[in-house]
Amino acid sequence: MATILAVDDSASMRQMVTFTLKGAGHDVVEACDGKEALDKAKGQQFDLVISDVNMPVMDGITLIKELRALSEYKFTPLLMLTTESGDDKKAQGKTAGATGWIVKPFNPDQLLATIKKVL
Amino acid sequence: MSIDMTQFLVTFYEESFEGLEIMESELLNLDVGAADAETINTIFRAAHSIKGGSGTFGLNAVASFTHVMETLLDEMRDGKRDVTQEGVEILLSSVDVLREMLQSLRDDLPLNHDAISVAQEQLDNLLNGSANNEREQVNTVTDSYEQGTGSNISETGCWKIYFNPNRDMYKTGNDAVRIIRELEELGEIEVRVDTSSLPGLDDIESEDSYLSWEIILKSDTSETDIREVFAWVEDECDLIISPYSGDVGDTKKSSENKPELNVAVLEKSFDALAPQAEALAARFYESLFSNHPEVKPLFKNTTPEKQQAKLLAALKLVVGSLKNPEALVKSLTEMGARHQAYGAVAEHYDVVASTLISTMKELAGDLWTSEVNTAWQDALGIIAGIMLDAYQPVVASGQQSQSTTPKASTPTKQPANTNKPATESRKASGSGETSIRVSIDKVDELINTVGELVITQAMLGQFGELEELDNSHLDTLRDGLSQLERNTRELQESVMRIRMLPISFAFQRFPRLVHDLSSQLGKKVELKMSGEQTELDKTVMEKIGDPLVHLVRNSMDHGIESPEKRIAAGKSEMGLVHLDAYHQGGNIVIEITDDGGGLNTEKILAKARSSGLVSADDNLTEDQVHDLIFQPGFSTADQVSDVSGRGVGMDVVRRNIRSLGGTVDVKSKEGDGSTFRIRLPLTLAILDGQLIRVGTEIYIIPLVSIIESVQVHKDKVNVISGRGEVYKLRDDYIPIVRLYHAFGLTADSTVLDKGLLVVVEAEGHKVALFVDELLAQQQVVIKSLETNYKKVEGLSGATILGDGTVALILDVVGLYELSKKVTTHPGLNLSSSGSSEDGDIEEIEVEEGKLDIQATNESSSNEDSGGEAVA
Repeated sequence: MATILAVDDSASMRQMVTFTLKGAGHDVVEACDGKEALDKAKGQQFDLVISDVNMPVMDGITLIKELRALSEYKFTPLLMLTTESGDDKKAQGKTAGATGWIVKPFNPDQLLATIKKVL
Repeated sequence: MSIDMTQFLVTFYEESFEGLEIMESELLNLDVGAADAETINTIFRAAHSIKGGSGTFGLNAVASFTHVMETLLDEMRDGKRDVTQEGVEILLSSVDVLREMLQSLRDDLPLNHDAISVAQEQLDNLLNGSANNEREQVNTVTDSYEQGTGSNISETGCWKIYFNPNRDMYKTGNDAVRIIRELEELGEIEVRVDTSSLPGLDDIESEDSYLSWEIILKSDTSETDIREVFAWVEDECDLIISPYSGDVGDTKKSSENKPELNVAVLEKSFDALAPQAEALAARFYESLFSNHPEVKPLFKNTTPEKQQAKLLAALKLVVGSLKNPEALVKSLTEMGARHQAYGAVAEHYDVVASTLISTMKELAGDLWTSEVNTAWQDALGIIAGIMLDAYQPVVASGQQSQSTTPKASTPTKQPANTNKPATESRKASGSGETSIRVSIDKVDELINTVGELVITQAMLGQFGELEELDNSHLDTLRDGLSQLERNTRELQESVMRIRMLPISFAFQRFPRLVHDLSSQLGKKVELKMSGEQTELDKTVMEKIGDPLVHLVRNSMDHGIESPEKRIAAGKSEMGLVHLDAYHQGGNIVIEITDDGGGLNTEKILAKARSSGLVSADDNLTEDQVHDLIFQPGFSTADQVSDVSGRGVGMDVVRRNIRSLGGTVDVKSKEGDGSTFRIRLPLTLAILDGQLIRVGTEIYIIPLVSIIESVQVHKDKVNVISGRGEVYKLRDDYIPIVRLYHAFGLTADSTVLDKGLLVVVEAEGHKVALFVDELLAQQQVVIKSLETNYKKVEGLSGATILGDGTVALILDVVGLYELSKKVTTHPGLNLSSSGSSEDGDIEEIEVEEGKLDIQATNESSSNEDSGGEAVA
């Protein structure tokens, strides 16, 4: 099973993502913003990073750009959580190096189906 | 997997309320006209999170309401919309509405639809300016995304997919093999790999992609579902999906849309232009943007290089598949849907076609014959027609794409599932369930302490197994017991700390309150807050909110003067209200200071005399006069105002604070302002108590209120006519309350110099309690008398002592009030008991409250003797 970094500034979203992924047998580490996520990703190799876009301190797009620049994360799947109307965010995310996205609102089954694609 | 989403709702509500607080305070910080981008971003983020969460957890009303707020904020953030005072006010009232919505949902109450639609209308009106079109467009994008692109089914039950990843597709973490495996889940596949682009071993870049694939998929799935598999790499590959006839043979050709194309001419002319392809692309955009600047916004999400590459790829694709009309129509249909999402409309196609033709003409020179020109004009017209046909009509959002295979329908089924738990959840959380967020440090500390407790238990547990105890064990036992005591204390402290929250939770609402009141009262007031990190018990925090609001309102309404008056008095126009919190000896102190006019001593005194609160010959100190404002029914306001004259007086504030075991007093200087000081216990559950004995009864005095204990010197006791006994302690005369007298007990001694006086203070008043003996100090758990019996004057609660007996906790403020009543009671002459041993209770007209106390005491002592006091 995979080790996943879940990044979101909303505690309830983190809670749901973590609960779902752990339920599927994955190890999950949480971070509240891009900065914290980047620090954690540098200290430990994750198999997958799932990140919200709008966050304080460091947003998800910057996080993805920074992660992609690290040699350990060159090919790691990096997914972003974005709202349905976030087409420009998707484009920005792709430019930054995101693998794909999960459209909010989503439910646990959709989340699991999506991460199955990249793990 | 089915997960109950309701479990996340508690957290969601909590963070949403926090988000609303942030929105409110940041909106108040916003400088109209010169708004700080980061401030707007913070507000936007809070709205965005609430929207995201409410959508996920099925609170659709909240999601759609926040969507409008979010759009508005997004425009402000991007500088498309000015931050106006009107906008801020509307957003502030939307915050209120949203808060109410969330509260109703949490408590399972009906939504206030009137308020919601009024606010929604205000927001819509505000949006309906120039930026309205933008919003429509967002919806369009959403819909076309959800609708997918042409969801036809291959009539042959077979698809041909051409998939050619760009060189750097792997650098986004995508994997062609993964995508092909996913296709395999849709049906049986046949894969042919094209390795022709693979360079020699020396030139190969290990991280690049050189392969392309042709995949035959046997599946009656829709094209939308196939396309979904490629959604993430859409821009990083060439992709052609077409129904495949192949071996199946007799498929009728879908030729209705078959373009009439002069294939040979088109191919030939395009080949001729091929060497100049890049120049063509660059020149095309150059002249497009200079001649038609209105199309520029359509390209806002892309770079010129990327766009030029796209154009060439598209042209190559079109020209390359001229001989395969079905594939051509397919790819044009897809392109059309994409262009709808980009916001391209019919006029744009004409513009692009004419620019493209003129650019090609320019580069081709003499080769551009009229035949070529006509061929391209026709071709581009047909292409535009097909692409525009692919546009989806705009429908209400929320419609899901059609799916035909059970596998693929999984995602679309979900929304129905999410709705159900959400409704149930409202019921679950409607029972007033509350939670607190605790920092992990506090929990770790707790776990650590419990760990130590387990060790202590193991140590003491050994003694249970011993046959008999001898002296050698005694030391270990003692150690163990003292360790247990320490553990218990630490455990208690850690648990208490979990309930502690920074007082900023209670302070948060004041910036808004002061903002609103300032404009309402026409006063200029600055709010200063300090000590917001001071921690306070959650229950105390919740209950102190209303008194604080009342005091701040009072300061703004009656304290701070109008700007004109302030200038006349030589003060700055801007008044100041300062909220401060700090710890002081096991208490938390909250001060509300204003630099207003202060209390008018004469006015208060006159009012008090006219209403009979004080007699004309009473000589009161300034502090005593000020304290009169806490008397019931006391108001000096000439006019009852909207703001604080709501029929709730300062007496209610004092009563509420007292019910929390706290005190409130006021210091004021006329002309300079007033300070209200609230003193609260850190927690309501436990207090540090001093055990005292009167006769056979044990009482508890809260340690915080004790100033000192003194042996009585008889010559310092004076009797003041009509006011009872006082004790001269240094320069103070302190009234003496004989507890045995007040509670109707038989004391060891009624002679003052044979007992002790415990000097206590409450709300600035000192009282000396006459007791027989001081016993131990200990922490006691407070049990409410009101819930278990009834409210008794002079007592604040009861507790159970270590030996199981019940002891009553003295309410010092109440005792002071009681002492005044008793001493001023006609027919009572406490002074007579100062020198003689009488202390007759019969002489006293016993009040109801005191009778109750007797009854309580009797019953508790009866229980004591029965040894079953612990309920």
